Amino acid sequence: MTQTAVTPTREPAVRKATPGGARTTRRSGRRRLALPYLLLLPALLLELLVHLVPMLMGIAMSFKELTQFYIRDWASAPWSGLDNFSVSLDFDGAVGQSLLKSFLTTCQFTLLSVGLCWLLGTAAAILLQENFRGRGFLRTLFLVPYALPVYAAVITWAFMFQRDNGLINHVLHDQLGMGDSPAFWLIGDNSFWALLAVSVWKGWPFAFLTVMAGLQNIPRDMYEAAALDGAGIWKQIRHITLPSLRSVNQVLVLVLFLWTFNDFNTPFVLFGEAAPEAADLISLHIYQSSFQTWNFGTGSAMSVLLLLFLLLVTGVYLLLTSRGRKTSDV
Amino acid sequence: MSDAAHARAARPRSPMAPPRSFLWTRRIVLALLAGFVLLPVYVMVSSSLKPLEDVSGKFEWIPSGLTLRPYADIWDTVPLADYFVNSLVVSGAATVLSVAVAIFAAYAVSRYTFRGKRVFTVTVLSTQMFPGILFLLPLFLIYVNIGNATGIALFGSREGLILTYLTFSLPFSIWMLTGYFDSIPRELDEAAKVDGCGPIRALFRVIVPAARPGIVAVAVYAFMTAWGEVLFASVMTNDTTRTLAVGLQGYATQNDVYWNQVMAASLVVSVPVVVGFLLLQRYLVAGLTAGAVK
Repeated sequence: MTQTAVTPTREPAVRKATPGGARTTRRSGRRRLALPYLLLLPALLLELLVHLVPMLMGIAMSFKELTQFYIRDWASAPWSGLDNFSVSLDFDGAVGQSLLKSFLTTCQFTLLSVGLCWLLGTAAAILLQENFRGRGFLRTLFLVPYALPVYAAVITWAFMFQRDNGLINHVLHDQLGMGDSPAFWLIGDNSFWALLAVSVWKGWPFAFLTVMAGLQNIPRDMYEAAALDGAGIWKQIRHITLPSLRSVNQVLVLVLFLWTFNDFNTPFVLFGEAAPEAADLISLHIYQSSFQTWNFGTGSAMSVLLLLFLLLVTGVYLLLTSRGRKTSDV
Repeated sequence: MSDAAHARAARPRSPMAPPRSFLWTRRIVLALLAGFVLLPVYVMVSSSLKPLEDVSGKFEWIPSGLTLRPYADIWDTVPLADYFVNSLVVSGAATVLSVAVAIFAAYAVSRYTFRGKRVFTVTVLSTQMFPGILFLLPLFLIYVNIGNATGIALFGSREGLILTYLTFSLPFSIWMLTGYFDSIPRELDEAAKVDGCGPIRALFRVIVPAARPGIVAVAVYAFMTAWGEVLFASVMTNDTTRTLAVGLQGYATQNDVYWNQVMAASLVVSVPVVVGFLLLQRYLVAGLTAGAVK
């Protein structure tokens, strides 16, 4: 594989890039050209086994009638054309309707969660930019939710949201006197807000960490020059800090979006296998409909639709944000 | 009077000092955030020290009595030690392997020009955006079928989970280490090569030592990823290979939940990663910065 990848026409370009390459003989030059591929080989094989091949298989499975009878030998399952997709997208049918509802819930949830995570993370990073007493402590403290294993944190939140012995109802109902009776948080409509609180608590430190790293790349003399010109701290934040964070934000918002939209762990641990309808995020929805009915074909079709949606959003997002950046730079 | 003393005395009222509006915003916002972050931590710690009656009735801010019993009971109520060992073996092995694979890949990307380099980096990074659920089902089938065909038990075994987890942290690790390696001057490894080192010797003699903070950061990240993963652990483990992620969740969804024990167990399983992360967090920030500069 490594030898055939090297064509003679390609060699000069590569030689130029590695100083001293011209001095080596043809044979050791070849070996040198094979080396990067050998170095990449383990990573490549693992990515193929765990990500790429399963993904292609998943796409193939979405065109098959893959029920529990064919699990042992998935290749023998009959092809079913676009049936799985039409079932998933038939919004009058039960399957399509619940999928659409789950999708819309996920959109709403993601918008709120990403917005809040970004806001809290950016605010904290900017407010901790200047040195003051307690800064190091707060910086460490704010990373605790990121460092905690998801399940440990979410289980603690689940305890806090218990109706009879949880902290949230103790504060809201017993201490603040809100509502006639203690509310349910993990079933019914309230579960959306419970999930959002946990998701933001868990997610904002990553935004904080990333923005903090981005702030370190802003040259100090920009602030000094602005201060000499009489710009106060608010003006400096608005005109230096926030614009300098543009490229960091471009990546950060995208990553937060993808993670939140695909989030499985938080609802799975918070609610168990069956999430309440108000908090039925799409990953959990697909998982449930696949493993409950063992209909992997339809589950795969739903996953493929999800992937297509994410690709579309990512493409449009990158196009829009990159274009906006170019015009503003000119 | 010296200039320095003068400057020090004048500093609080100098025009450079932030205005009161900023100071108060900072105090209030940071205090609220600290409260938000600490709330579950407080619940976890205080509830883990309460007797069972206290956590079954109404929540109390101040425990009526403190006890260490939950910390003793957790090891008997569920096989927590087994889960712990499983998690430790799986996460440890996945971390070591992932870091090793990432070092080689990042070295190739950082130091060589070759055909398909861009395709490789873009493909690897884009696997990060795939919904886990998309390849969970096929991977499940692949592991089952490999097991049927060859007798190598990947499904339900630690090895299968190690293999899966090590690829989860791989894309980010390669990306971050490439940024780190790029920031190491090429003259260093060129000099080593002039001294007669081969490319692999140059990697281990020069680049790896110089990139130690980045490697530490990547290792912490890989360990945390494996330690906290829930989805694949819940499908791909059985009774003997169950990790903490699955075991703890089962603990918290029994009919009668001993919340004080569950909180104690949550705390115990969090300590290794939280302490490790907080000790090494500055490397992670530095690593992210190196990646962002690129």
